[in-house]
Amino acid sequence: MTKYIVQRILSLIPILLVVAVVVFMLIHLTPGDPASVILGDEASEEAIAQLRAQLGLDLPLYQQFISWFGGVVTGDLGQSIFMDMSVAEAFFSRVPPTLSLAILAQIFAVIIALFLGVIAARKRGTLADQAVMGFSLLGISVPSFLLGLFLILFFAVKLQWLPVAGYQPLSSGLWNHLRYLLLPAIALGAMQAALIARMTRSSLIEVLSEQYIKTARAKGLKERIVVYKHALKNAFIPILTVIGETFGTLITGASVIETVFNVPGIGQLIIRSIERRDFAVIQGSILLITVTYVLLNLLIDLLYGLLDPRVKLNRR
Amino acid sequence: MSQTPLLEVKNLITTFATDDGTVNAVDGVSFQVYPEETVGIVGESGCGKSVTAESILRLFDETTTRYDGEIRFAGQDLLQLSEEKMRNVRGNDISIIFQDPMSSLNPVYTIGDQIIEAITLHQKVSSGQARDRAVELLRLTGISDPETRLRAYPHELSGGMRQRVMIALALSCEPRLLIADEPTTALDVTIQAQILELMNGLKDRLRMGIMLITHDLSVVAQMCSRVIVMYLGEVIEETDVVTLFDHPLHPYTMGLLQSVPNMEGQRKEKLYEIKGSVPAMQDVAHCCRFAPRCPFATDVCRSEPPVLEEAANGHRVRCWHFKEIAESRGEGDAFSYIGYEA
Amino acid sequence: MMSEVKLAADAAVPPKRGALKWRRYITSPLLMTGTVLVALVSLAALMAPWIASHDPYALEAMNRLKAPSPEHIFGTDNFGRDVFSRVLYGMRVSLLVGAAVTLIAGMIGLVVGLLSAYYALCDHILMRICDGLYAFPSILLAISIVAIMGPRTSNVIIALSIVYIPSIARIVRSAALVVKEKTYIEGLRAQGAGPVRIIALHILPNVLSPLIIQASFIFAVSILTEASLSFLGAGIPAPAPSLGNLLLDGKNVIFNAWWMTVFPGICIILMILGLNLMGDGLRDFLDPKMKKKHVFRKKQTQGIDRSEPK
Repeated sequence: MTKYIVQRILSLIPILLVVAVVVFMLIHLTPGDPASVILGDEASEEAIAQLRAQLGLDLPLYQQFISWFGGVVTGDLGQSIFMDMSVAEAFFSRVPPTLSLAILAQIFAVIIALFLGVIAARKRGTLADQAVMGFSLLGISVPSFLLGLFLILFFAVKLQWLPVAGYQPLSSGLWNHLRYLLLPAIALGAMQAALIARMTRSSLIEVLSEQYIKTARAKGLKERIVVYKHALKNAFIPILTVIGETFGTLITGASVIETVFNVPGIGQLIIRSIERRDFAVIQGSILLITVTYVLLNLLIDLLYGLLDPRVKLNRR
Repeated sequence: MSQTPLLEVKNLITTFATDDGTVNAVDGVSFQVYPEETVGIVGESGCGKSVTAESILRLFDETTTRYDGEIRFAGQDLLQLSEEKMRNVRGNDISIIFQDPMSSLNPVYTIGDQIIEAITLHQKVSSGQARDRAVELLRLTGISDPETRLRAYPHELSGGMRQRVMIALALSCEPRLLIADEPTTALDVTIQAQILELMNGLKDRLRMGIMLITHDLSVVAQMCSRVIVMYLGEVIEETDVVTLFDHPLHPYTMGLLQSVPNMEGQRKEKLYEIKGSVPAMQDVAHCCRFAPRCPFATDVCRSEPPVLEEAANGHRVRCWHFKEIAESRGEGDAFSYIGYEA
Repeated sequence: MMSEVKLAADAAVPPKRGALKWRRYITSPLLMTGTVLVALVSLAALMAPWIASHDPYALEAMNRLKAPSPEHIFGTDNFGRDVFSRVLYGMRVSLLVGAAVTLIAGMIGLVVGLLSAYYALCDHILMRICDGLYAFPSILLAISIVAIMGPRTSNVIIALSIVYIPSIARIVRSAALVVKEKTYIEGLRAQGAGPVRIIALHILPNVLSPLIIQASFIFAVSILTEASLSFLGAGIPAPAPSLGNLLLDGKNVIFNAWWMTVFPGICIILMILGLNLMGDGLRDFLDPKMKKKHVFRKKQTQGIDRSEPK
């Protein structure tokens, strides 16, 4: 098993390379350059050229890439062009808000979706089922930022129960911290919840028609136990797949949600950096996010192994 | 028989609601199972034998299924019991084993977990005691090295072993009646024999009744003392096993018997088959249900459904012409009569 | 990506015949609701120049941030522009972008998918590129591309097309591979049929169903992404109206002018909902086998829909 984990981590490197190349090319093919953005429209040609040299922007592309990627592999992600700090510092200082947001959104999505999905599966064909399906359809049809705006309108502006925007770190108290993240988390998690609910329903419906469920009932077990103990564990594998795949959407959506709710997280960082052409930050952030993705996928694959004893991890 | 029956099914009708209307998968079936006897229920696929079995334990979704009639067991009518009381009966007083042991066991739990669950559900024992009992059960069903096997997952066992596990599971609370729905159909022939032998031995040891459902007449010959033949949701013949093989009275039964390839005797030219195929349950008309395929069918057969009549002591049959058939047979070879060509 | 996750599996289905299909189309509630919604929205958008009550760019300083009234049925924005007219024109842009992206990504994705399925070399190269693109969060990728090329409607279309080509290519490739593995293709090759003929006449028809279904989801998701982009300021450039733009304007005055958020919002939802309904309906309609994919189980006498037993 450890061998398997090591293998997977090692496979990170070629993926990283590909992503690094793509990101680098994407950004450096730009017709605008940071030097002139930093110095402004009034700047003279020499000033710009000087800043470019200073930043190493006048070297040939492949050289820039090698020096950057070389740094990456040894742990140095470079300096932010705009902010007075290293890329690593800029990134990791902004991880906590995004992390809190993503975790909250994920918890919310999974709990609500599993609950709704189970109801829909058990009461298949009834009004309850159709209601759940209707909600889930709505969930994937509303862009998360729009949901965020509507939530703000309703809960913050009309009812004034929750703050409109902003962020309070965990250090200022748990409830305070959560107050600011509640609406963003709901807006972020809604689409995921919809997708998970759908998958839960269909997976559970299939499992419930399996022979071993009949055996469980024939033993004399209560229906609740049959569903939650016997059926759900089997149904969970495709559900886990959906959770894994949509977690990516969470990260994407976090960027936009952080903008709506003014949460100083990674999403906001990346978007601002793209606007300002802060190459170093963009490259470093996207790379780090990709690493996170891959590690997450690894985690999910390990979870498969735990859930289903038939899965053999070594054979990949 | 002077004993009281262990299980008495009286005019059971099981109705399903489908997209095309309602269907009576079981349409007025009655029979008894006495203690310590093995009753066989025989018929082709679709005749309603599995539905009968599962109806006894009320395993169908009661929002789309309706049961009529009476099922008497231990002085109670199972069809009138509350769901809670019914759960007490399932796995406890009456157990069932299914055809395919691979899909009948939950793949994500060890067999130990599954057996122990069945034990602790109906009996107040500590987990240690339950575990010991599980080991004992596995040993009882002929599984070697039971302590280790407790920790095995279903997919790690062979088909024969899995079926033994299913039997162990079913017997965990010493039921008085075991329903076995095609227990050996999915197994190799050699394993079949072992499982059947096991079941017989256990029946005597635990003094159970067995209701054995099968389409395989050789299994019937080995195991059963009495046989019930079903066709399209109805019982069409019922008698003890010897009479069934020697003097069957219903044309369908005779057809079934004749279709069994004979190892001894002369080699016939063709393998006999009953003409036609089993129609869908929805398509039954007001007549004898076997009439479309019956070589002896006459006008009365095609216009009026026959009732189940007592032909001889303990031998019941549902056919307008069974008397003529019996008479035309006389002595000698059971197959030498008009209508069926070899 | 969301749209891929929705598509559970691909199945090769032989193409069906015409008239019966038409009747089934009309009687499928999902499909009809979706189609009606989409048709209504499209009609409104197309008729925008005629039904818009005002010029979407006209500023009326005196009428800023006015609530909905008979004259301005959706109210006015922070520049005094009529929200109703801007919403209509915004829907136009959304539909334009959606349609364009779907067409472009659809065609290129089709070609890429078919080539990858048929030629192993193409498969390695093209699929690596697609995987790389796919690994990116789509919003970030789109923003990057627009940032590189400059904020213009055409660039938004190009960016989104690039983002969604991989998802179409994958579906096409899967469906094509299923057909390709079938032995009759071998037979055709043995007879001397050329690749173009095989691809066009035999593989293509089986790929069309999943392609169309996926395309409808791509339409929906590209409208969504375009709105997000414009909302972030990295999409359709102001002052051109886009539903995302309008929401951005509305966000700043959300305390005073709820109409700037509610009306554009509802229109986006209707559009995307309609398209999703169409997609779901199309999937049930074109590939009913997809729902009940796992058929090899013992004959069941249960598992039935609810209908009252008499």
